[in-house]
Amino acid sequence: MQFNRKFLGHLYMVLFLVYLLVPLAVMSGAAFNASKLPTVIPWKGWTDQWFIALYHDARIWIAVRNTILVAIAVVIIAVPVGAAGAILVNSISGRVRAILYGMMVAPILVPGVVIGISTLLFWHQFSVGSGLHLSVLGQVSYIASFVMLLVLARLQSFDQGLEEAALDLGASHGQVLRRILLPHLYPALGAGAAISFFQSIENFNVTLFTRGGADTLTVYVFSKVRSGITPTINALALLLIMVTLVLAIWYEITRRRKARIDAAREAEGRRAEDAELVAS
Amino acid sequence: MSAGIDLDNVCCDFGKFRAVDHVNVNIQPGEFFSFLGPSGCGKTTILRMISGFTEPTEGVIRIGGKDVRGQRPNQRPTALIFQNLALFPLMPIWENIAFGLEVRGVDKVKRRARAEELLALVDLHDSADKMVSQLSGGQKQRVAIARALAVEPAVMLLDEPLSALDLKLRQHMRAELRAIQKRTGVTFIYITHDQGEALAMSDRVGVMSQGRLQQVANPRDIYNNPVNGFVASFVGENNIFTGQVQNAADGMASFATPTGTFRARLPGAAGKLYVRPEHMVLQATPGAENSVAVTLTEVAFEGNFVSVHGVTDGGKTMVAELRNDGSAAIPSAGAKMHMAFEARNAAILPDSATAGA
Amino acid sequence: MNDLLRRYGKGLTWTFIGLTFFWLIILVVLPDFKLLESSFRPYLPVVDVGGPKDVYSFNNYLQIFGNEVDFNFFGLHFPLAARVKVFVLTIFYSGVVTLITFVLAYPLSFYLAKVVSPKSLPTLFLLLFVPLWVSEVLRSFAWYIILTLKGPLNVFLMTIGVISKEIRWIDGYSPVVVTLVYAYVLFMLFPLYNAMQSLDSNQIEAADDLGAPWWRIHLRVILPHCKPGIASGAVMVFMLSAGSLLVPAIINSTTGNWFTQTIQGIMLEGQDWNAGAAFAFMLLLFCTIAVSVAMRVFRVSLSDIAK
Repeated sequence: MQFNRKFLGHLYMVLFLVYLLVPLAVMSGAAFNASKLPTVIPWKGWTDQWFIALYHDARIWIAVRNTILVAIAVVIIAVPVGAAGAILVNSISGRVRAILYGMMVAPILVPGVVIGISTLLFWHQFSVGSGLHLSVLGQVSYIASFVMLLVLARLQSFDQGLEEAALDLGASHGQVLRRILLPHLYPALGAGAAISFFQSIENFNVTLFTRGGADTLTVYVFSKVRSGITPTINALALLLIMVTLVLAIWYEITRRRKARIDAAREAEGRRAEDAELVAS
Repeated sequence: MSAGIDLDNVCCDFGKFRAVDHVNVNIQPGEFFSFLGPSGCGKTTILRMISGFTEPTEGVIRIGGKDVRGQRPNQRPTALIFQNLALFPLMPIWENIAFGLEVRGVDKVKRRARAEELLALVDLHDSADKMVSQLSGGQKQRVAIARALAVEPAVMLLDEPLSALDLKLRQHMRAELRAIQKRTGVTFIYITHDQGEALAMSDRVGVMSQGRLQQVANPRDIYNNPVNGFVASFVGENNIFTGQVQNAADGMASFATPTGTFRARLPGAAGKLYVRPEHMVLQATPGAENSVAVTLTEVAFEGNFVSVHGVTDGGKTMVAELRNDGSAAIPSAGAKMHMAFEARNAAILPDSATAGA
Repeated sequence: MNDLLRRYGKGLTWTFIGLTFFWLIILVVLPDFKLLESSFRPYLPVVDVGGPKDVYSFNNYLQIFGNEVDFNFFGLHFPLAARVKVFVLTIFYSGVVTLITFVLAYPLSFYLAKVVSPKSLPTLFLLLFVPLWVSEVLRSFAWYIILTLKGPLNVFLMTIGVISKEIRWIDGYSPVVVTLVYAYVLFMLFPLYNAMQSLDSNQIEAADDLGAPWWRIHLRVILPHCKPGIASGAVMVFMLSAGSLLVPAIINSTTGNWFTQTIQGIMLEGQDWNAGAAFAFMLLLFCTIAVSVAMRVFRVSLSDIAK
């Protein structure tokens, strides 16, 4: 019975992965199909014409550029803001903490259309026109929440005694932040930056309402789908998937290496402890 | 330059709770001073007030003669060794030690050299580039000390640094700490609940209970001449008798108890009678003075001494500690013997101080 | 406040407060107030703003009524305002999506939490994460390709003989549901996994040892323990589905309108920002109520929902 269930479990896992990955494969496959519509069937022969068309399609590359610029801007704003929020919430307690925390988490649950429209209306009353800058501001409002959560979680494992030790040794508050707290937070800040970046690229609802006339990748693809599409999009999709895979593999390799180093260090510490017990 | 610490009528309140109650003490420069007491007696609060993490509600704290109230921890000439050491896990050992110099703007080459010097001082060679997780408990201790010494503090504050170590290591580190203190000449303020540690390492000990200093004296005086019952009980073992003082004269008195009437010293106010087990003499015949007949209930061989428990006809348990010098035969349980003590080895002491010692 | 100052010093404390203020007040609270306020005002050309025609009213909200169509609810027919119908169906199908994602994710999270060896976990998670990193727009587009009339799904089904003629998949709400499930199933998986992971395996073994069949173990031991995870996953998926604009816009036909598309129509094509604000606020209100109810029913707090 146990054996059967384990096998079923593995099978389900594989099926699930297939379910997740097949649509992506289909979409990538369409990039090579010499058919005017993005599809795998009917297969009209291998071609790289769509990649060439992609290379020449200026509008797509402008959209890509805009997307990346917006994402970078979002990272630059959301990471410090989210981190500040997390540090603040972590240092207070009681009702104020609960209220602040609730306010910081709520934006994740707000529908993107609401964020987009509210941002638009708010800044327009100050005569700030639509455009990518508004998209950045709208996206930051909820992306900073993700950063906040990541940093807050990391703060739980921080020994406040380290800050006190540093102060006691004569460090200024700025030095304590720079040399003690921030290094501890780097993993969370890194993860926060990554999440912010990808969330920003993904974003559609907020961007659609706030962008004015500018294109981002999501908006561009969206408009093309409705208005007549060619497999250049598929070519782009395949490229993006490749980039994602490369990043994922790089991340995994780095993570494994670090885990090995940490384990080795701790083993050495334990050996030293045992040696000490015997010696004294 | 090491400095002295003066605590003038220092109090510290947390809301309604008074953690430190009118503490007065003058700690000399270069002294190894210990605050000894049970958990919650206020010793940690005193340490945090001296280092600047807490401010006194009343009273003045002076370091080297200067009033330091209002000074933040990073402005004070003190260095604190935390109970959990608080070594920086993301920096190699030499950076940990050199951190105090780094924040003072010392350049990297000088910092590294100084760190290596200090590592040699605390007997930890070849560890400069290791990470904290690679060290044992005792090694981490020494790194913490080196890190504190690097900033050349006027006063070193140590918060129960040895409590996490094994027994044998603890004893080894006691000697080391004392040696380091003598070598550097820095004033050490040490807090602990372990009386053996305090007595072994300190020039003077301040015994604390419930926020009040009960007694400040050198280790011998603390042990041999405790001023009250709390100090007597906290440091060392006792036989305790309740009773009434009669005929007090010239610092001696007779003390009537249900077990018998004894002669003992009366250094101050009246209270209970305290006699240490090692001052109890076990003999077959009754003694001339201060002698009680007991039936032995328990004889425990504990290595370098033998612990003998006996109970009187009245039900009072008494404990004697005999040194294991291999000479006299060890009695067995059930034997009827006598425990006696000299008057000069017994003291009548009040329970605890009602005001600062 | 004092603790903050002691711990970080004046400069840093005010920096933290300033950044947080900027975020919460300027990026979140004030815009939402503006949204609410605008929803009560009529859409006017610039010159008329602030003038006599600029009055507060519920007019924008009332626009949801009117234009009645027939509503077929499981056999019951009755007339309903077109936009209200869209709203109701959006909610209903978001619920369906939530249910389906739960059914799909539950076995997998159990597998990941209890069956798989911990060493393979990081790699497996990475594999699961990769589709998430691929943009939602592309993932929706992928399903568009699959579901088109002459697309791979129909061809596949016809080849293995299940159907004889192509089915028009892109009709009504089904494709939207299917694509939403695909897009958001992982948001149900991770909270569920977290919740299951915290369950002591010994409890499962004890129940097994006492003779409980596997379905009962799930019903009485595992599911109750995972309530916070289920709640958090359900809330996330529901909110994302109800608020999704991209997926319905890419995948649907004219017969399966999503409420967000209604809002988009009003805002971008009709250019009536105030009415758009009103509708957006209705969506927000409903979602807030739904979340609060879910939180109350499942007895979870906001912090549990955060990933």
